Amino acid sequence: MRRKNDPLLKMLKKRWYFLFFPLLILASVAYSASLANSNKSGYVPITVQDSTDRERSLKLFGEVAAVLRHPRCINCHPSDDYPRQGDEMRRHMFNVQRGNHGKGVIGMKCISCHGASNNLASGVPGAPEPDDPLKSRWHLAPLSMGWIGLNDAQLGKRLLDKEQNGNMSPQDLVEHMEEDPLVLWGWDPGEGREPIPIPHDEFVEILKEWVATGAQVPTEDKEPKK
Amino acid sequence: MITFKVNKKKVSVNDDPDTPLLWVLRDTVGLKGTKFGCGKAFCGACSVHVNDTVVRSCSFPVKYAEGKNITTIEGVGTEDELHPVQKAWIEEQVPQCGYCQSGFIMSTVKLLEHNPDPTDEDINKSITNLCRCGTYYRVRKAIHLAAKLKKS
Repeated sequence: MRRKNDPLLKMLKKRWYFLFFPLLILASVAYSASLANSNKSGYVPITVQDSTDRERSLKLFGEVAAVLRHPRCINCHPSDDYPRQGDEMRRHMFNVQRGNHGKGVIGMKCISCHGASNNLASGVPGAPEPDDPLKSRWHLAPLSMGWIGLNDAQLGKRLLDKEQNGNMSPQDLVEHMEEDPLVLWGWDPGEGREPIPIPHDEFVEILKEWVATGAQVPTEDKEPKK
Repeated sequence: MITFKVNKKKVSVNDDPDTPLLWVLRDTVGLKGTKFGCGKAFCGACSVHVNDTVVRSCSFPVKYAEGKNITTIEGVGTEDELHPVQKAWIEEQVPQCGYCQSGFIMSTVKLLEHNPDPTDEDINKSITNLCRCGTYYRVRKAIHLAAKLKKS
């Protein structure tokens, strides 16, 4: 046991901050490491106890993902600032860019060409809401909902991440894909564009069952069977 | 009847509601400055302003013009006082054949209203009209000059 006049104790009493700063640094490093390891996104995996449900849910997600990756959906969900066009998903002609809020740039807004309905004269597609081209909602999905280049696990995680998907629950996602006119346009894209092959009501049933079975998505290292 | 304003004058037309605004402006209203280029909303030769937005009029059914303010190339300036963009276009001698130029001017007018001092990058993003004579270099010079003229 150290005595009261121990020189080390004396030094510590006088210079306590010699210990304080190294401890502060250690604490900061530990906190940073814990942040790096934690899941910083809003994605919270849903736990399903029943393995049959989980397998069924994963299989259904594969069918959902196939629709989300169809050009009619993913062309407006790019992971960069350029919309895509056509069944071949080429970059939108004439340097069309995301701009503010995904609605294009000054002089070249989405509504400069895309109106309230598919245009029979020019062939330019448009979504039927509202009935005024200047108020058309035709726009790109936000970057946080960019899907191009993602595998199924990344796509699923992004789809369910409330911090990236506009704070939508799985039920909200079903509602969005069941009712949003921009989504519905994928089944009525006008001449010269392939509609999404699976009927919309069947797709909605798949979505609902996927949610009912726990809205499972594959983990990074395991892709669902297709 | 579809009623709207063209260059601040009220007009009423009886065309098929799905007729592109371009043809109504040219054939019914009689303003020939707006040109038909591709008819696919690609080239921008038919650009006009609908309220505050540049619109490719070949892809804008006239039924949606009801109650709106349309501005065409004939309405951006007057013969006595050209718009700064038109002055810059003349100063830089931009047009070659001239066919597509009204569309370029309409797009530029709106660009400068929202961005009084555009960079080359801003111009590349916003002015996507096509010119088969390849006047792009002079278009860019004229846009920068127009920005200066507008300020002065």
